[in-house]
Amino acid sequence: MDLTLRIWRQPHHDAPGDFVRYQVTDVPREASFLEMLDLLNEQLMARNEEPVVFESDCREGICGTCGVMIDGRPHGPWQNTATCQLHMRAYRDGDEITVEPWRAAGFPVIKDLAVDRSAFDRIIEAGGYISTPTGAAPDANMIPVDKATADRAFEAAACIGCGACVAACPNGAAQLFAGAKVAQLNMLPQGQPERYQRATEVVDTMEAFFGSCTNHGECQAACPKDISVDVIAWLNRDYRKAKLSGARAS
Amino acid sequence: MQLDAKVPEGPVEEKWDNHRFNLKLVNPNNKRRFSILVVGTGLAGASAAASLGELGYDVTVLTYHDSPRRAHSIAAQGGINAAKNYRNDGDSIYRLFHDTVKGGDYRSREANVYRLAQVSNAIIDQATAQGVPFAREYGGLLDNRSFGGAQVSRTFYARGQTGQQLLLGAYQAMMRQVHAGTVSLHNRIEVLDVVIHDGRARGVIARDLLTGEILRYSAHAVVLATGGYSNAFFLSTNAKMCNATAIWRAHRKGALMANPCFTQIHPTCLPQSDETQSKLTLMSESLRNDGRVWVPQSHDEDRHPDDIPESERDYYLERMYPAFGNLVPRDIASRAAKRMIDENRGVGPLKNGVYLDFADAIARLGTDRVAERYGNLFDIYQRITGEDPYKVPMRIYPAPHYTMGGLWVDYNLETTIPSLYAIGEANFSDHGANRLGASALMQGLADGYFVLPYTIGDGLAPRLGEQPLPTDHEAFEEAAAQVRGRIEGLLAVNGSRTVDWFHRQLGRILWDHCGMSRNQPGLEKAITEIKALREEFYTDVNVTGQNEDYNQALEKAGRVQDFFELGELMCRDALYREESCGGHFREEHQTDDGEALRDDDRFAHVAAWGWNGHGEEPSLTVEPLQFEHVTIATRSYK
Ligand SMILES: Cc1cc2nc3c(=O)[nH]c(=O)nc-3n(C[C@H](O)[C@H](O)[C@H](O)COP(=O)(O)OP(=O)(O)OC[C@H]3O[C@@H](n4cnc5c(N)ncnc54)[C@H](O)[C@@H]3O)c2cc1C
Ligand code: FES
Repeated sequence: MDLTLRIWRQPHHDAPGDFVRYQVTDVPREASFLEMLDLLNEQLMARNEEPVVFESDCREGICGTCGVMIDGRPHGPWQNTATCQLHMRAYRDGDEITVEPWRAAGFPVIKDLAVDRSAFDRIIEAGGYISTPTGAAPDANMIPVDKATADRAFEAAACIGCGACVAACPNGAAQLFAGAKVAQLNMLPQGQPERYQRATEVVDTMEAFFGSCTNHGECQAACPKDISVDVIAWLNRDYRKAKLSGARAS
Repeated sequence: MQLDAKVPEGPVEEKWDNHRFNLKLVNPNNKRRFSILVVGTGLAGASAAASLGELGYDVTVLTYHDSPRRAHSIAAQGGINAAKNYRNDGDSIYRLFHDTVKGGDYRSREANVYRLAQVSNAIIDQATAQGVPFAREYGGLLDNRSFGGAQVSRTFYARGQTGQQLLLGAYQAMMRQVHAGTVSLHNRIEVLDVVIHDGRARGVIARDLLTGEILRYSAHAVVLATGGYSNAFFLSTNAKMCNATAIWRAHRKGALMANPCFTQIHPTCLPQSDETQSKLTLMSESLRNDGRVWVPQSHDEDRHPDDIPESERDYYLERMYPAFGNLVPRDIASRAAKRMIDENRGVGPLKNGVYLDFADAIARLGTDRVAERYGNLFDIYQRITGEDPYKVPMRIYPAPHYTMGGLWVDYNLETTIPSLYAIGEANFSDHGANRLGASALMQGLADGYFVLPYTIGDGLAPRLGEQPLPTDHEAFEEAAAQVRGRIEGLLAVNGSRTVDWFHRQLGRILWDHCGMSRNQPGLEKAITEIKALREEFYTDVNVTGQNEDYNQALEKAGRVQDFFELGELMCRDALYREESCGGHFREEHQTDDGEALRDDDRFAHVAAWGWNGHGEEPSLTVEPLQFEHVTIATRSYK
């Protein structure tokens, strides 16, 4: 199929950007969305034009590197699907598709479709872990976890850190990302000792980079891993409790 | 050159304990005086950086990824082995050791493999304490499943996302050290060379991927945790950015490259669907626990699978290997699939797959139970192919997946360049000629959490008081100038073909002649073709843009340049090894019924290659392998 693409081009963070129209031809129906962009870049380079910068790595929906706005939706039209897993079966010959980067204050544009998501690393660094120095762990079966809790923890832990939640949020908030990590660790027995401190550190750091949550719920709809907004309730509850009991970021 | 593997004396069960006792220690207060560069944040790099940071070393971590959490390890699906024997099914450290040596077709170093099995249990403890949500049973204890090449249930897993969960655990442990100030993390930095002075590794030269700035990092020791090189084939299950540049540049600086032809072709991947295909997706091998592999009995079959009656199906793995059935090791399953396709019994629109059928499992266990085990894999499959594996059998075909070859390391994980270490998939390590499923995660984390943190101190302790080499030293100047020269060279060609075009051609040559099945004329042809293609690359590649920018074409060009040289060495190694073992199948060496024929008299050794310059023949050094505990025998899974 042949398609028209409207793609955001921006040479670097401080330069103005704009949409540019491209034709991409002979796209196989079996191709993935990113393979379609590969093809566009091959066609651009054949004409000695600069290829469009977009990021990806695993192309299996697990590393969280990819992620663009497609016709105004994070990761495009398919539910619970990262951009790299979207396939061209979703389109028809002659379609026009608009592609742009995540738009959020917490994710500055680097170039074209690539953004800087390192604020997510800052959140994890602040408290998104259980302090377990190597070698200090007891036998794994010393810490039984009932299956329901283990499964719920897994569901929260499935976050791939792509940033679609932030991009989908009218406020550019990162509650779903932060909530997923805090909920996972805070519901497990291993996570109890640092529970309230974790909530405080994570929230305080998050607020330094991202907007505030006003319960729109767009984040869950955009999440390729279908992480539930319930994790935000966890985050808020533990954070409130922490504040009440006076646990503070040290 | 003589290779000293530094394997400790004593019975295999006691070697690691004795060695740990004999290793020199660095006093806790002195650790911060030693700087260590860790390149890579996959399971191996992140676990090493976290552990070294906790010990108090001054650690700097470099990764080309935008976040350490994105390393290719994140994609591992099926699980991680350990000899916990929680199932009471006869597992033990000795059995895991034995299975790994046998699975590797007797081409690994016994002492290393024994140590790997020994520390495997601590990895599960460590990860669980970090909050890694492994699958559990209703009683709250950890669940296990079995994996190819083993008759016990020793694989721990977190649905189909075991790598993701283990990597996040290691990443979080490392970020804790970033917070504590012992680890300094630098994202989007690609290492392009290793700096050597007086025969010792002193640091690296790297490029800032956003600005093109050429950076210099100096340290007392350099650890390469940069992963494998399956992407030499272009189409593989590896993440798109995986590449061999760090290990290849180290090789060119003197580190020997061991068994480069030992590559693993994974039997359960999605077949290629069209010409734009950019990578192949793995379907976890755990699927073979419940899925049955078959092809039609007749050639050129066109019927829908549902219309092919049982009596006209060939469940060829169950037929050929009744003891292991669908769970034979990967190399065997892959070659069997190739044979079916070569006999024109392939299925799917391009006739390039075999069926992996869950109908029986669904009938036996019910859809829910199957969904719980494999739901996310089925979803991935459906998204890619548009077919529902609950209803229609999956189509699978082998694809390059893992590289057992890598930088040669001794028992301390040190390469032939002093102070340069290689861990994880980057070293040639513990898997011999074939890796068993769920053992790469185990090895990467063993290296990073429980081996390197001990062994690295032994090399550092005597150097107390020594300052790292200043980055304006001529060794740095020279290496930086070489890196810059290479980049300018690539940008100056201004030819007519894209980097990907060359990479695809190279991949095709390697797949055809150095893939699942190899022979002398084919390998010789491949070497000639690779050389010609490389010459064409140097005169006709088109790298757009400039260095001082975020330039993905330039990044790829450098990586492909190294794949050319590595690809040639893979073929040379395959040509040299006149036997069939594990993933390396030489058609000249097979039994009457097509099974691999090892030649233990001539090849029970590690082949370690040295770089002699562009266009020169590499030199070969051999590390003989002794099997004192596992009786060397013909592998049989029948
Ligand atoms: C799809 C798939 C599924 C798998 N499933 C399993 C499984 O179920 N069980 C199992 O045991 N194994 C599995 N494996 C194998 C296993 O995942 C890998 O062998 C293992 O994760 C490799 O880890 P690593 O730390 O050595 O390297 P990687 O995870 O590849 O990490 C490499 C790191 O090095 C960095 N890097 C590389 N080069 C440079 C450079 N020049 N400069 C800077 N940084 C650099 C990268 O940024 C990255 O951080 C699977 C592999 C694949 C492809
Ligand atoms: S490229 Fe990894 S999630 Fe899309």
